[in-house]
Amino acid sequence: MSTSTTTRRRGVLGTSALRPDGLPKVQGRFAFSSDAWADNMLWGATLRSPHPHARIVSIDTSGALAINGVSAVITADDVPGQLTYGLISNDQPVFARDVVRFAGEPVAAVAADHPETARRALAAITVVYEVLPALTRAEEALDTGTTPIHPDGNVIRRQRIVRGDQSFAGDVVVEGTYDIGMQDQAFLGLEAALALPDDDGSGVELFVATQWLHEDQKQIAACLGLPLDKVRLTLGGVGGAFGGREDISLQVHCCLLALATGRPIKMQYGREESFFGHIHRHPATIWMRHHADRDGTLRRVEARVLMDGGAYASTSSAVLINAVTHVQGPYRCENATVDGYAVRTNNPPCGAMRGFGVVQACFAHESQMDKLAAACGLDPVTIRLKNAMRTGDRLITGQVVESVAPVERCIRETAALPLPPELSEHPDALQLPGGSGRTARRNNVTRGIGWGVSIKNLMYSEGFDDYATARCRLANGVATLQFATAEVGQGFVVLAQQIARSVLGVDTVLLEPISTAIGSAGSTSASRQTWMSGGAVDGACRLVRERLFEQVAREHHIDPLRLTIDGIDVIDSAGDLRVSVEDASRGLVIDETFEHHHRATEELDENGQGNCHVAFAFVAHRAVVDVDTELGLVKVVQIATAQDVGRVLNPLAALGQVEGGIAQGLGLAVMEEIVLVDGKMRNPSFTDYLLPTALDAPEVVVSMIEEPEPQAPLGAKGIGEPPCISVTPAIVAAIRAATGKDLARVPVRPQDIVFG
Amino acid sequence: MSGENAGNEFFRLTVNGIDHDVRDAWVGESLLYVLRERLGLPGTKGACEQGECGSCTVLMDGEAVCACLVMAASAVDSEIVTVEGLSTDGEPTDVQNTFVAAGGVQCGFCTPGLIVAVHHLLDRTPNPTDLEIREAISGNICRCTGYGRIFEAVRLARDARLAGG
Repeated sequence: MSTSTTTRRRGVLGTSALRPDGLPKVQGRFAFSSDAWADNMLWGATLRSPHPHARIVSIDTSGALAINGVSAVITADDVPGQLTYGLISNDQPVFARDVVRFAGEPVAAVAADHPETARRALAAITVVYEVLPALTRAEEALDTGTTPIHPDGNVIRRQRIVRGDQSFAGDVVVEGTYDIGMQDQAFLGLEAALALPDDDGSGVELFVATQWLHEDQKQIAACLGLPLDKVRLTLGGVGGAFGGREDISLQVHCCLLALATGRPIKMQYGREESFFGHIHRHPATIWMRHHADRDGTLRRVEARVLMDGGAYASTSSAVLINAVTHVQGPYRCENATVDGYAVRTNNPPCGAMRGFGVVQACFAHESQMDKLAAACGLDPVTIRLKNAMRTGDRLITGQVVESVAPVERCIRETAALPLPPELSEHPDALQLPGGSGRTARRNNVTRGIGWGVSIKNLMYSEGFDDYATARCRLANGVATLQFATAEVGQGFVVLAQQIARSVLGVDTVLLEPISTAIGSAGSTSASRQTWMSGGAVDGACRLVRERLFEQVAREHHIDPLRLTIDGIDVIDSAGDLRVSVEDASRGLVIDETFEHHHRATEELDENGQGNCHVAFAFVAHRAVVDVDTELGLVKVVQIATAQDVGRVLNPLAALGQVEGGIAQGLGLAVMEEIVLVDGKMRNPSFTDYLLPTALDAPEVVVSMIEEPEPQAPLGAKGIGEPPCISVTPAIVAAIRAATGKDLARVPVRPQDIVFG
Repeated sequence: MSGENAGNEFFRLTVNGIDHDVRDAWVGESLLYVLRERLGLPGTKGACEQGECGSCTVLMDGEAVCACLVMAASAVDSEIVTVEGLSTDGEPTDVQNTFVAAGGVQCGFCTPGLIVAVHHLLDRTPNPTDLEIREAISGNICRCTGYGRIFEAVRLARDARLAGG
């Protein structure tokens, strides 16, 4: 037996290092933002409009103020700074003043000594509304004859993409119109915050669950009319996000109440309010026409994308750009004609959700690829392999895909994963569609297999510099990291420790509180934090290591370039010096801060041409479903997936992202939809908005494709979004295969299968 | 109402083996609210207020219940165990350890309820099948993990107990 000196140390990159917040979380000791508490605190609560569109005639708060235990009631008149906010345009009021534009829009807020007192106070506020006709159909919003419902107009953004031969007609042409329903992020940890006013009333400290502390800080400070440094944010424990915490929800209200009362204010939404209090995934209607040669070679894509942004812009313009620039999917295509619109309606506002516009585009283009396969007499795998994009191919925006692009390998490796066994003749009821309801009969169950493949951009696009900042301090063999990267559950806290251990040869890595005390890390979204904040932590640790090497080199009169880290030691690669990092850093404090910026991108021109994206990741999904064709019930049996990840930095965490994303894509495929009738939500609860449970979770078989990405600081691509993108069309394709139905919308409902 | 306007309810709850006096509570307060806001036990989480998500699962006389659906004042004669009380010495339980080791924790908000539900399962059914595991935790919604690593955590805890660990 030989002893290896290359045994990987515990907790370094490439190992399944355990997350530092794991034990506190399982023991109930981890402080989520909803657990924040302060002496003398009051409870804040929000009054919301019951109407999707109405003029506010009057607001009388006297009834609420007369209730014992109520300390403050605030409305739009009490906003000292900017009256509106927004991630891209400031079009959303802190409180509605003259008009409400969606059912659930905030109108007033109260502070009281008990949640029940606050609820009664809300009920005692009298708002007189003059109800207006609601604009609830996206198509109507495009009509120039429709009265604008907002000073900024009803079209949030239009973007065309025109490339290649605009009159090209293929030998084979297929078309379809696809609808995607409104999905909710449904993070478990409801919106919550605690605001502490400064003693002199000149500023405020906010503990909040969010995805981007510095963006919140900027928007809050503007609305409070305070300088940035008077609004200090610390991340409260975040119970999931998935895009739903990018926008401001209760932050400004909570701070306003704290400043108005001079007391700490705790605000937390219930589940119903959460459905009204954050944005959702855009419902979309997408028409596509694909042109191909007889052999299945894709030649032209035509598309019209219409996304319902709801009442306020949020990130709609960026979501639209993602959708229109991804309509070709992960396939070569030289000719394209795309017209995209994000419009304003009196529906609830929509914005970021995992997949960010690409989910919608992917359902349409993958449905089209199956139609094209059928029209060309090919199977779903062959047509996808035939057109699979490679590094160096051009997108319909003219941008060259410089990223590693193993699309073909994703498809082949997925196809090679084992299929599940056939459903037995006498299955347990729990294995049947319908589950424990025992509603499916074995004889009515048909199995189907379907495919989906996707491309997803990573990081922010269109010229945005979403940099990330990190600081590393080394003293006595212990590294301390500081960053403002929102840990929302994805596990950046463990990745940061792994990076420091690998770069610096330390075992103990401490983490400072996540706050605005350091520069921005950008948003925990767009699959970007491993790349961006990972790059920042890596950069800071490398600067510290350089300083350490200089110190050791000075002491030993050697060239610092000869020094390297081996395990937990600094060694001379050209000599026999070996000194532990702990000894080498004794008595020193080395402190470095690093900003990581990705390469610059461009805005699209009027024809949708330009290098607007930073990088791309790819994934393939194969779904196996059992369908009760008589009752329209679906059981997703298995999802096989091969994902282009660049490099696996933590196998356990990576698997968790893949499995978790697949469950959300399954939800969109067969369960999850916010049902709107005349602009009002009909199912804002976990009783009526269905989420995948442990009985709905399919078997997931995974192949991680590791081809390190040269552009990425750690060789690793972001892995958060791809799992939830093409799994949805794969499941729907499998249901089509089992039923022969067209199924042009998601989620697929029982009636779509039975009567569709 | 926590102050001068408070209800004048007084009752005693037995939580994690300790008697707690609850004073001046409003009678409408749920067990979840009282645990979190009055007794200093925020480990139990609330996420739906309807008994759908299981985040607030606690043991009440040995039965797994949603604390959001139990009126606190009606729990006076029951032994209540929360996630904080599964072990008495501060050391993690076997289930808590396997959840961390198997990657069953991401955001962690559903985790305390799941930990209680899995203890409840394994204490009554020492050798659950995969389907029994799925059914037992189907009342606990997790939005992050897709459940795969949670199943693995339960299997690890089950197997270790069966092996006498």
